[in-house]
Amino acid sequence: MSALLEVNALSKRFGGVQAVADLNFTVGQGEILALIGPNGAGKSTVFNLINGVFAPDSGRIVFEGREITGKPTYEIAHRGIARAHQIVQPLAGLSVLDNCLVGACYGRDNLSMAAGRKVVREVAELVGLEDRLEMPAGQLTTAGKKRLELARALCGRPHLLLLDEVLAGLNPTEIERMIEVIRAIRARGVSILIIEHVMRAIMSLSDRVVALNLGRNLAEGSPQQVVNHPAVIEAYLGDPKLMAMSEAAPS
Amino acid sequence: MTVSTDIGRNDLDGKSLGEKNLGEKIPAFDIAAPRRVFPALIVLFGVLFALVPYWGDDVGLRESFLLAAVYITLATNLNVMIGYAGYINFGNIVFFGLGGYVCVDLVTRWHWPLVAAGPMAGVAVSLLALVFGSGILRLRGAFFALATIGVNEAVRQFVANFEPWGGATGIYLSFDAYEPLGGPMAALWTVYFLLVGVMVLSLLLSYAIKTSKFGLGLLAIGQNEDAAGVLGVRTPRHKALAYSASAFFPAVAGGLFFFKSGIIEPNGAFDLTLSIEAIVMIMLGGYGTVTGPLLGAFLYEELRGYLLTSPTVSQLQLVIAGALLLAMVLFAPGGLVGFIHQRWPRSRIILQ
Repeated sequence: MSALLEVNALSKRFGGVQAVADLNFTVGQGEILALIGPNGAGKSTVFNLINGVFAPDSGRIVFEGREITGKPTYEIAHRGIARAHQIVQPLAGLSVLDNCLVGACYGRDNLSMAAGRKVVREVAELVGLEDRLEMPAGQLTTAGKKRLELARALCGRPHLLLLDEVLAGLNPTEIERMIEVIRAIRARGVSILIIEHVMRAIMSLSDRVVALNLGRNLAEGSPQQVVNHPAVIEAYLGDPKLMAMSEAAPS
Repeated sequence: MTVSTDIGRNDLDGKSLGEKNLGEKIPAFDIAAPRRVFPALIVLFGVLFALVPYWGDDVGLRESFLLAAVYITLATNLNVMIGYAGYINFGNIVFFGLGGYVCVDLVTRWHWPLVAAGPMAGVAVSLLALVFGSGILRLRGAFFALATIGVNEAVRQFVANFEPWGGATGIYLSFDAYEPLGGPMAALWTVYFLLVGVMVLSLLLSYAIKTSKFGLGLLAIGQNEDAAGVLGVRTPRHKALAYSASAFFPAVAGGLFFFKSGIIEPNGAFDLTLSIEAIVMIMLGGYGTVTGPLLGAFLYEELRGYLLTSPTVSQLQLVIAGALLLAMVLFAPGGLVGFIHQRWPRSRIILQ
């Protein structure tokens, strides 16, 4: 599998906190790679480094064979990396249509307004927002806003999609629907890097999982391998020996 | 979902929602008709605006409308920064004053014809704005607003000490300057028509920006600059271009206005009060719309004219402007046009 995105020895420090430390991973062409780890493991920081919100202290990020380390956000969007935020950031006063149109017109293809509208309608149908295009984005429900984040990102016709907890805050039916949408996106040839806490989604969606803790690589492999990896279990739940002891102890 | 409202019901197929919304659907896809009608309406408005004082041969009305045309030009262009990009430019009057100086200088010293000196002033000030803008637009919010005041004050101080432009006394035009336009009386009408033209072009520019891809990027910046960047809007360049574009017509208007006045001096040219009044006009009419600054500026000029001539309240003009701004922000934050849109959503087609 040829690597679409390569992250090499990436590090970022905020004051006294080493958020990301010597992190390495790759995303293959057409792959869904999940990034997991306990809260504070540095997952969202990794996204911020990839899409240019912050510049890393050291390390390299290479996308489609070209270095993108430290480039501004808009340039990374033009290269073909789009992002759906964990904390939704709708352009609240604009309609859903205009929100998506920004993504389409300023994304990888730099489309005209007319061409952008076509893309928006297609994407809106895929994501299930086609009936709400005229609504101000601020009036959408949480689920609607999450879908808008996804739609807006997709409208840029990215080669790589960064999904930051797009399932958080959704109910089980909505999660089921969203997983279908993500599958459909991959079927169109878009590679996906996903941060998620909903394990059911990770297990059914991802080809490969990278687990982090304290900003470092912890484990990597198939979803099954990683969730059964002792280091991963320890990072999430504490020392397994201690756990075994406390389970054995009469309560 | 535990919370569910009519607007945001979380049904997965979205069918019932679509039906519910049909009633108040705002025709964003159906833009072909207003796209042609609206500019025509603006031009028609401009023609009437120019001809009404002329037909009546009413010099008083002309002077009042001339000032209104200047205000509408200032407010409309300022709205590109405030209403679209969300950047409050307190020092916007610097464009007007500098345009005035460049134009008057070209006419008096270099003997340029007015119709060439005006646009040249616009080009010069726009280019300067591009340079200034690239610097101060790194700032956001209150810091940007303060920096714009700083720019205006710095330019005022510079001009007040700049001898080629007459320093603190400024530049006077001799009557000869009006000869190419057929003498002072005819020149007053010519300048009036030119200013109405500048006003109409400003309104058309504002509409063109708002309906363009460039404008969409600006609106995105106005909503959430960081999110706009992540979506691919090249924010620094976008903002600088908007700042520069919003300088052009105010500079031309300044040139025409001070040519007509026959004198330009630093305190009159870089009057911060007018800067702030322009913001009041935008808030009064409705920021972010094309017609809002037009209505706001026109009403404000009429009101100001009335207050200044009424013996009881002539000193209270700014107090009333302040009270008006406060009332609008509190009770109708979208201004007049925003209020009308809210009451009658269909009015958006005509009242852009």
